[in-house]
Formats: sequence, C-alpha cells, structure tokens
Amino acid sequence: MADQNTSRGAISIRNVTKIYDPDGVNVMAVDDCSLEIPAGEVCMIVGPSGCGKTTLLNAIAGFHSITEGEIYLDGQLLCGPSKPKAEQGADRMVVFQHGALFPWKTLGENVAYGPIVQGVMSKAEAHEKAEHMLAEAGIGDVAHKYPGEVSSGMARRSEIVRALINDPKVLLLDEPYRAMDALTKSIMHESLLEVYDKTKVTIFFITHDLEEAIFLGDKVVVMTTRPATLKKTVDVKIPRPRDYQTLTTEEFRVLVEETKEAVHEEAKKAFDAGERELA
Amino acid sequence: MTQKNPTVNIKEAPTGLALKIYNWKKSLKTLTPYLMLVGISLWLGTYYLFVEGWELPRFNKLPGPVEVITEWINPDPDWGISMFSPIYYEHIMISCRRIMIAFTIATCLGVPLGLFMGWSKTFRDYTFPILEVLRPIPILAWVPLAILMFSGFETPVIYLATLASLFVTTLNTLLGVESIDKEYFRAAKCLGSKPHHVFLHIVVPGSLPFIFTGLQISIGVAWFSLVAAEMVSGEFGLGYMIMDSYMNITYVTMVIGMLTLGFVGWVSSALVRLAGNRMMQWRVRALALEGR
Repeated sequence: MADQNTSRGAISIRNVTKIYDPDGVNVMAVDDCSLEIPAGEVCMIVGPSGCGKTTLLNAIAGFHSITEGEIYLDGQLLCGPSKPKAEQGADRMVVFQHGALFPWKTLGENVAYGPIVQGVMSKAEAHEKAEHMLAEAGIGDVAHKYPGEVSSGMARRSEIVRALINDPKVLLLDEPYRAMDALTKSIMHESLLEVYDKTKVTIFFITHDLEEAIFLGDKVVVMTTRPATLKKTVDVKIPRPRDYQTLTTEEFRVLVEETKEAVHEEAKKAFDAGERELA
Repeated sequence: MTQKNPTVNIKEAPTGLALKIYNWKKSLKTLTPYLMLVGISLWLGTYYLFVEGWELPRFNKLPGPVEVITEWINPDPDWGISMFSPIYYEHIMISCRRIMIAFTIATCLGVPLGLFMGWSKTFRDYTFPILEVLRPIPILAWVPLAILMFSGFETPVIYLATLASLFVTTLNTLLGVESIDKEYFRAAKCLGSKPHHVFLHIVVPGSLPFIFTGLQISIGVAWFSLVAAEMVSGEFGLGYMIMDSYMNITYVTMVIGMLTLGFVGWVSSALVRLAGNRMMQWRVRALALEGR
C-alpha cells in the first residue's frame, strides 16, 4: 500500500456518450464528455443531482456500458466501440454512496475478502494484513465487529481500507460522505488526505459539496445538467499536505466562489427542467 | 473554580446468562408480561363463562377449561388420555418425528432450489412457472395422489407435509436472494470474486434473514398439512388423536389434542427462530443496538 507509485492509474475519457433506454425512450445521460486524469491525481466531479456523474463512474468501474467513445486506463482500452462495457477488476476499486460493506462479515473479514478471493494471499496472511491496515487507519480494535455495530464513519473508513488492501490503481468514490454530519465528514476528509499522501493513488471522487471538492482535489470538474458535459475545470493549486487551516485561506475562498458560480447556474437549469434523476 | 464531575458508574457490559437475566429483569419492569397474563386470563375467563359459567347453547357440546385441565392432569383419565398415559406421548412423538422428517427434506430441497432460482436467471426461467402453478393447489387436493403414489400410512402423510413446506421455503429463499442489495454484488465483483464466491459469500448469507422467516412459516404450514393428513389417513399422531376422539365423542381428549398441538407448534417455531439467531449473529447484534 505504501508504494509511491505515481506512474499508474491515468484515466483518459475520450468523447464518451451514454444513452439510456428505459421503456423505449432514449435518455442521454452523458454527451461527448472528454476528461484526462493524470496518474496520482485527485479529480473531483461536481454537478447537479442526476446529471450523469455516476454514469461516468459506472462506466469506468465496468457496471454499465457506454454508447460511444472510449475510456483508457494507463493507455489500455477499458471500454470503447469494440467492447462497450469494461471488465470489472480489482485495479479500480469503488466505494459506494450508501456503503457496501457486507453486513454478515466482520470489518476484518470484509477487508480480507478481496485478497482471499483473488487468490493473492492465504486466509491467514489476508487477515493479518487486514488487521494491520485497520489498525493503521485507527480502527484496529473494532476489526472483529460487524458493520451494523459501528458508526457510519468507521464503516466508511473500513470500506476504504477494504479497497486499498487490493492496491488499486484508481479509487472511485461516489459521494461517500453524503449522509454524514459535518464533524464526522471533517474527520473522514483528514483520513482520506492521509491515505492519499501515503499511497498517491488516483482518485475519482463524485460529490455535491464544493468545499469538500476543493479541499480534497487537485482538479475540480464541474459538469452541466443532463446530458452531462464538462462545463468548467478548476485547478486547485493549494499545496499538499493540506489540513484544516487550508479552509480558512483566501486562496481556498476564491476557488470556492469561482466554482460555486458555475455549479449554481447548472443547478438552476436542472431544477427548472425538473427531470427525474438517473442513477 | 472547582466543580465536581458527576461520577458515572460504568460497568462491564453483561454477556451470556447475565445478559439474559438482565433483559428478563428489565422486561419485568415493562407492561408487556402483565398484559400477556391479562390477555390469557381474559381468554380463559371468556371460555369458562361461555361453556361452564353461563352454559350458552352454542357451546353446550364443548368441554370447559376446568374439565379439560382436570382431565389433562388426571393420573387415571376418565376419557382414556391425559399427561400420564403413554399413548399421549406416543401421539406427540410420532407427529414430531413426521414433522422433523418433512421439515428436513423440505429445507434441504427448498433452500438450494430457491437460492439457485434467485441466482441464475436461466434456472429461474425454467422452474418458476412450475412452482407458481403447483403452489396454489391446496394441500388437501394432493391427498388422493399421495395415497395412490405411496403405500402405507407413514409415507403419504410425510409427503404431504413436505410438499406444503417445500413451496413456502423455496419461495421465501427466492425472495431472500432478490432482497439482497445490488451494490453487494457489484462490490463483490469489484473485489475480484468469481461466480462461486458470489454464491457462497453474498447470495447465501444475504438471503438468510428471508430464509429463516420462510422456515418459521414453513414449519407452521408443515404442522397444518400434517394434521390434515393425519386426520384423513393415519393411525397415530396428534391429528389422528383429535379426529379419533371426535369420532368417539370424547371431546375432552379432542381439546387436549388441540392445545398440545398449539404448544408443540410454538416450541418448534421457537427452535427455528433460535437456530436463525445463532446463524445470523451480525443481524442479532445490529438489531440489539437499535433496541430491538
């Protein structure tokens, strides 16, 4: 996990279009979207609800197919005209919006699950490593508990550990802190920054929260209302490592204002259109 | 400024038997046990008044609670069967053995069938229509077929109880698989699971809550159809005991048989629930934290 490998995990999204076809009516979720995420970058995606952000994540993860365009990971084609749906693999780890720790496995078993089923570690090795990584994340003493017994913050942190134990090239996070209160959120942010500083893993992070986007990201991509295209890309040049002091700087405030304007315009458009959100 | 902190007495959380006693003591402080007692007394009181107190015409053929209880604990029963007669336990044992066989067969067939139906769309497409056509046929409609197919008393009776139980178990297991959040499947795939891992680690444990709800209904249905079958064909068992005492106009024995069935059925359901709780500690613990 601690390898400072920044030469892997580059995502290239080229002219991707996705048309859903529910009940025979074509709905364009993503329209000709292109985005380059260099290896080791934290790319934050913001946009109105249901604009197609998750569609993009699902295409990278291999949950959904794309209609046109191509997506590459480190120069290798994930999906394109010849293969509309990417294969799912442990190189791209997803952390889900509502959390997807298996409730019938303890946190330790959840974390150890990936390496065991992939056959890269023996059961004993995987459990030992899982316990070690949970302890590193500060939740070692609840490793034997079930997800239903711990707080949402601990559960979410274990889920990120469950992803990291597989040494992924990319972490795909779909509004992972959405339902959390501001205090828990700030702790989660710190721990994610810590993880990033250690691993330099490429992060594709969907959020509604602009301050979160700018605090965590190297780049904030604002998307338009459906069909999603790129509206604005904001480069965040605040140096790392970042901490809560960052939130009070002038630089941070200016960036938030700049992004807010772009997002607000789109949110208003989405609200006026009044369309039902797609997953 | 010195202010004394209020001292909080933090005790070790009780476990095992201590926890049970603690919960039991706590429940004595709620209304629940007392309301339950009042409910039972009300029922018994009404039963007594209707049959033995006021002797209402509609109820004049029925034995009253005093008569039933006196007979039940009578070492020398007036009508032939009480808790002191060996034949009483023979009826109970035979019914229980039949239920155990039927329930075991139904569970061993129904759970895997339901799991595969939920897991594989192809398998489901093949089997679901058959299940849906056979399931609504009332169990009594199967009686002639059971008698034609199997000889003797024992096999047809067990066959009928198994059949009723099987449909319930299969359907609930199938619903259990369908109830699993799709994100668990995505997460499992994402973590590198092969199909057999998904089956063992997601499909099976994820459907357990529904499976056990199904098993509790299924054991009830098994009792229901077993008694029906014992009434039609059989020479032992609680169903036979009830029907036989009705034929011989020994109505007190008939009511003893009915109450015994209620009690045995309740115990069997409780055993299934207990097994479920043992297998689903993750659920028990999470529900306990929610105060349930």
